[in-house]
Parts: sequence; C-alpha cells; structure tokens
Amino acid sequence: MIEFSVNGRAVQVDVEPEMPLLWVLRDELGLTGTKYGCGIAMCGACTVHLDGVATRTCVLPVSAVAGRKITTIEGLSKDGTHPVQKAWVQLQVPQCGYCQSGQIMAAASLIATDKKPSDETIETTMSNICRCGTYVRIREAVKLAATLK
Amino acid sequence: MTANIDQGRRQFIVSSAALGGGMMIGVNFPLLAQAAAEGVNEVTHWIVIQPDDSVIIRIARSELGQGSFTGLAMLVAEELECDWGKVRPEYADVNEHVRRNRIFGPMTTGGSRSIRDSHKYLREAGAAAREMLTTAAAKEWGVPASELTVSKGVITHAASGKSTTYGKIAPQAALLEAPKEPKLKDPKDWKLLGTSPARFDIPDKTTGKQIYAADVRLPGLVHASIAQCPVFGGKLKSVDKSKVEGMRGVKSVVTAEDWVAVVADNWWRANQALKALPIEWDVGTNGEVSSESINTFLRTGIDATDVPVARKDGDAAAAFAGAAKVLEAEYSAPFLNHATLEPQTATALIKADGVEVWVGTQNGEASIAAASEAAGVPLEKVILHKMHAGGAFGRRTAFNEFTKQAIKIAQTMPGTPVRLQWSREEDMTQGRYRPVSLTKLRGALDKDGNWIGWQVRQSEPSIAAAVLTQFLKDGIDQIGTRVFIDSPYGVPNYTLEYAMRNTHVLLGPWRAVAHTHNPFFRECFIDELAQAAGKDPYQFRRAMLEKKPKDLGVLDAAAKAVGWGTAPPKGVFRGIAVSDSYGSYSAAAVEISVKNGTEIEVKRVIVALDPGYVVHPDAVKAQIESGVVWALSAAMLEEITIDKGRVVQTNFADYPVLTMRHTPKTEAILMPTGGFWGGVGEPPMAAVGPALGNAIFAATGKRIRSLPLKHAGFSYV
Ligand code: FES
Ligand code: FES
Repeated sequence: MIEFSVNGRAVQVDVEPEMPLLWVLRDELGLTGTKYGCGIAMCGACTVHLDGVATRTCVLPVSAVAGRKITTIEGLSKDGTHPVQKAWVQLQVPQCGYCQSGQIMAAASLIATDKKPSDETIETTMSNICRCGTYVRIREAVKLAATLK
Repeated sequence: MTANIDQGRRQFIVSSAALGGGMMIGVNFPLLAQAAAEGVNEVTHWIVIQPDDSVIIRIARSELGQGSFTGLAMLVAEELECDWGKVRPEYADVNEHVRRNRIFGPMTTGGSRSIRDSHKYLREAGAAAREMLTTAAAKEWGVPASELTVSKGVITHAASGKSTTYGKIAPQAALLEAPKEPKLKDPKDWKLLGTSPARFDIPDKTTGKQIYAADVRLPGLVHASIAQCPVFGGKLKSVDKSKVEGMRGVKSVVTAEDWVAVVADNWWRANQALKALPIEWDVGTNGEVSSESINTFLRTGIDATDVPVARKDGDAAAAFAGAAKVLEAEYSAPFLNHATLEPQTATALIKADGVEVWVGTQNGEASIAAASEAAGVPLEKVILHKMHAGGAFGRRTAFNEFTKQAIKIAQTMPGTPVRLQWSREEDMTQGRYRPVSLTKLRGALDKDGNWIGWQVRQSEPSIAAAVLTQFLKDGIDQIGTRVFIDSPYGVPNYTLEYAMRNTHVLLGPWRAVAHTHNPFFRECFIDELAQAAGKDPYQFRRAMLEKKPKDLGVLDAAAKAVGWGTAPPKGVFRGIAVSDSYGSYSAAAVEISVKNGTEIEVKRVIVALDPGYVVHPDAVKAQIESGVVWALSAAMLEEITIDKGRVVQTNFADYPVLTMRHTPKTEAILMPTGGFWGGVGEPPMAAVGPALGNAIFAATGKRIRSLPLKHAGFSYV
C-alpha cells in the first residue's frame, strides 16, 4: 500500500511502486482531469502539484509520492475560481482543451512564487505543448492571473 | 452509480463516482435526457424549448476547440430572437439523425466548413421557429401574428398588453408546420452575429470536467493498448502471448490481421505488457522503403514526359521561348503528422443487441458507419456518443480505425466496456500523414520584368486517391493541386502538370491540406521572380492580382499593417505572402531578426483575413493565433521520415512542435467584406510559412526551398 494525499484526501493504493502517478490518478482513482499526452515528460499534459510544485506525473513513480501532497486540476479550486482558472475563462484561452489542465497547473505553480512573471519567465517555465497553439493567450492569461485574487 | 436510462427514442448514461470531495466524474449527458423526460418541445429539429425558457440548440458538427458549439448556436439564436443567456448547445444525436433520415444534414467538421456550409439552414431554422412561436401565440390570443413583437424570447402584443414566453408557448408551436421559406434578416440588422459571447465549451476545459474519449469511465471498464504493423500494409505473423499472461492486471491479448492489443485493468499495465510482448510482423513488400527511395520516386514525376495537364492558360512554351529571363526552382516538403494532443482513442461496449461507442470525431456519421461495419450490426443498433475531441486537425475525419479496433477488442468480451487508447508512439507512427511533395516551378519574365509565363510540375502522392476519391479527375488530384490549379495570379501563359506518385505511407487531410505547402512553394517562388525582375515583391504581386480585389484587399491590409515600403527597425526584415483558401482570403506579413546568421527570432506575424462574414470575432482571432503557431511549427520544425518502410519519429522528442517560447506576437486583421461565407479554421495558416521564408531571404539572402527550414541550418530563438 502506498499512501499519499490527493486534493486534501488521504488515499491508499495497492499498485506496483513503479506505476507512474498519472495512471494511478486516472485509472485507479478515476481523476481524469490530468491527461496523458506523451508519457516521456515532454508535453506537460500530466502536470499536477506535488507539495505545491508543478510536476509531470507520466514518469513519476507513485512510490516517490508516498506521504506527500498531490493537487490535481479537480482540486485546484472548489468551483473553478482559482485566479488562473478565472483568467483562462476571461481571456477564452482553451481550444480543444486537452492540454489545459496541465497548462493551468503549471501556471498556478508559477504565480504562487512569482507575482509578476515576465514574458521570459513564463516562456521558460511553461514548456507545455499546446497543439492547438493557444500560447498567445496563455502568456497573457498567466500575467492576468497573477493580478487576480 | 451508473444508470442506463431508456428515454423512448433517446438513451443516455449518467455515471458518477464520489471521489476527491464528492466530485462528479464520469460521462454525463443530461440535456437530451432532461428534454425527453419533460416532453420534448421541438420547434424545428434544431431547437428544443423547455418550460423554463431554456433553448437547446442542436449542433451537428463537432466541437474541436474552434468554437462550433457557440458559433453555430449563434446562427440559430440570431434569427430566433431568444435570450442568449438561456441557450444551451448540445450535440445533435447521431442515432436520431440516422433514424430520422439524416435530418441534421452533413455532420462533417473539416475543410473549415461548419459555418459556411450550414449558416443558411441554421439561420432559417431560427427564423422558422420564431415564426412558429409567434403564430402559436397569435392563435391563442386571436390576434394577427403581424401585430406581435419578439424580444429575448418574450412575445408581446402591444395593443392588448398580452405577453408570453417561448417556454410557455412552445408546446403549441411544436405542433405547427415549419414555414418553408422563412425570411432572414439583412446582415446589417444582426445583433448577436459579429459579437463575441463567451464560448460554451471553455469553463469545463479549465476545471478538468470536460470528458474526452480518453476519459470515459464506465463500470467494469478495461483498458487496451495496441501495436499495429509498423510497416503500413504489413501483417501480424506471430505473437507469444504466454510472455504476458499472468502479468498483473492483464486480461487478454487480442490479435487481428495487422495488430495486437493487450487488455488490462489499467492502461499503463496494458501498455507495459504490450511492450513486453514478443511480436513478429510480416512487413510485406514495403520493408525497404525509405525517405531516400521516396525522393527518387518523386523525381521520376519531375522527369516524366507524359504527365496530365491540370491547367493550361495561353501558351507557356511560346512565352518561355521568347522570354528575356527564365527562372527555375524545385521546392519540397516532408510528410507531417497531426499529433493531436489526445492520442486516438475510442471506447466500445458490445451489448446483447448492438454496440455502444464513445469517440472524439470530426464526423459523427462516419463514426457510426464505421462502428456498424466493424460490429456487423445495422446502423440502428449502434449508439454513438460524440465526445469533444482533444485536437483533430483532420486526423479524426474519415478514419475510424481506432473505433473499429476498440469494437473488435470489445467483441472478445461482450458486456465489458473496452477503452482503447493509442500510445503516443503508436499515434506518431500510425498517422495519416500530410503528403510529401516535390514541385518544380519555372517562371518567364519579359525584358521589363513582367511575369509572362509559368510552368509548374507537382510530383507527389495523392491525398484524393488515398481518402477522397471524389476529388480525383483524369488522374489529377483536385485537392493536392489547389493553390496552383486555382491560382489567382493573372499570368497569361501558364501550364500546371500533376504527376501522381503514390507510396505506401498512409495519407490524411492535415489542417489546410494542400494549403500547407503549396502556398510556400508558390509564394516563395513569386518572391524569387520579383527579385529577378528587380521589383518589390509586394508590388510585383499587386500587379498580377489586378483583377482579384479580395486577394488584393488582404494583401494590402497586411502590407499596410507591417509598414511595407517604410524602413523596418534596424536588424528587422520583412516577408509577405497571400493565399486564398476554403472560401476565404488571407495574407500574412512577418518580421524577423537573425542572430549569428541562422538563429531566427520571429518578432511579429500579421494575418489579414477576409472570410466574408465574421460570426464570432474572438473565435476567429483565436483561429488566427492558432494557425500562426501551426504554420510556424510546420515551416521550421516538423518532419516525418521513413526508414525500412516505417515512420522514424516516435514522440515529441524527435517530432518537436512549436512551444510558447517561440510563439511570436500575432496581430489579427479581420476584414469581412460580406456577400460570401468563407472558412476560418484553415485559411489563416496558408500565407504564414511563405511570408517567413521570404523574410529569411530578405534577412540572409538565402532562399530556402526545402521544408522544414531547419534543414538549411536555421533554428528559432
Ligand atoms: S504526458 Fe507527461 S509530459 Fe506528456
Ligand atoms: S487547447 Fe488543444 S492542445 Fe492545447
């Protein structure tokens, strides 16, 4: 049994220790907001917060999160009102939306530590792939989110 | 908890699980169910009005993130005069569509045609429904319908002071015959069209609530990962199932003629077992094909003497014979993959009397047909759930091989829902690729530098032959030749030849299709001609577009916005290009600077677009931003190569796509001139690549003729 917390709730899972957290979340716990895009830590679709820090879960063995706190997109806010979510709606960021859970988790982690991120910081921190090409809006929405409560 | 609830002619599934603080997850189709439960007040087949005045507008096309749920609903609502705040879009049910003799018309969502093909009948549906509702109210009150006014779903008779709402009168209206030719508003009277209400699909895409095909969760669901023969057309020879039997969670290994799938209780376990599975393929006759051998094959199309002529204006041979200057160049482009961020996925459940399928698709009709074929049951026995797709770009149009595979696997375990998700590696190596092309262009100038002759020879695999045979005419691909066959430039002597050179590599429509590489070839070559003529490339184009005011309009707008004709800031260089496509007109201007001779910084991209009418300006702007990224990604980075008959690239590590770091400032100029309806999903891309190529030439004097540009040593910074 591996124990950790997801969105404020304690969970126990009986899985192979090497199973990436992504698949524990999606297929064992039914939290499908976190997506699979590449499985090699390149696209960022699987980003969650590990003790508050944006982390790609497709290559992260679940054993590595024992005793730690995970927040997924489902737990970022109760009702979609985290500043990043608000900014995303305000600037109408998503297209297909498949990358956006990961983008939002990456952005939330960024603005938690940097209240006034520069374009350069945003661009170097947020390397998530958006095949729909919503980058122009993401860049603006991160800056907007940093100013929202 | 899961409930399968039969609601007469509709069926839906509500599945929920309490996890993470009582959160609802699962598949939820409440709208149709609710409508059915409350008695459906269908006022035309597109519109359902409920007692609480909410208006359900059915959407036949797919929501791929382009905003069709919002834009198509707006077309109806504009004429309906309902309260926009009470509108809810939902998919037109594909099963109902089948039962009611294809009542919702085409469901295909490609070719940038959702709005341009359906705007008329959707607006008419709104107008017809408004008429039915007012007629019903007039009848009830015994007054002439002409005395009624309508605003935001409230019908008023001023003289008597009576009023009612759409919700109240809908039951009577639903019984009336729809008028045959309802009158449509003059575009100048539009109130909703041309504004940008918040898109319906966005909130759920910020909370993780949006359910894609990949996220379908049903009781007893199992997961499958698949390996298809890596050489297209090859077959499965043998597989040693014993190697994975007994692995944790593994349920079974399913084989077919050309694939193997492992089914497990968790997708990762399925995929791990698949990787451990010893598989032998019979690769067939294509096991030695490589990019080099394909290039050699394309070369035969350039050298051949008996090639069909696709277009002939004047006498090109004579023009070349008398030319003062002749220019000749060869351009080429590679195979490209869609790489939708959600890999191809479908879930299937075999039931006693049919099959139920969940899939992200660009065409609900094609998906239900494929499911019927694979399951061997009539269309009426397929229940199809259209899911919003996690990217599409042409990949989810005609192809439903993943749907068929999911069904084949599910057939081995009736009653158990099977979710098949391709791995990224499978998605990359089993794509339906944008064709390669080798194109030779020759241009003739007279002594004054006028462009008097043009010869173009395309040599490439045919997308029409592969998937859209209705577009094949006399050996000429009417799609693959676009940009040349319909070139707006007024060159008096012009011959276009098309050499079809089909390979074993599978093809598909890739966002903008021929308008991905053909504009690059044409517009960069025109720059070469302008250069040879000693003329300004913008003015050179203008002179040849004299009779094409729409092309000229966007070209002028892009030129003006970038400041063409004025000196750019020091170290900044400009390129420009124009290309009409999918019923719209677009031009792009690009500004770059170059470091160390090869490191390109794209400073800004301007796209001017004339789609005739703009329904939702912000969504069109989003398509322009998106198209710029897509085009820059293809121009610089993307390439699929072939070795030993198979695709070499396997993931984003060796098939890099553009990220935010390289996304420039984008300026969208929307300039609808009215009188026609053009597309917006693909047209914004067409001119961006060549404008970049032309800017690189302006900056470095290097003319790049082979895509992607990284081949010439260039990179983005
Ligand atoms: S799925 Fe984890 S980074 Fe792509
Ligand atoms: S919105 Fe489609 S991949 Fe980002």
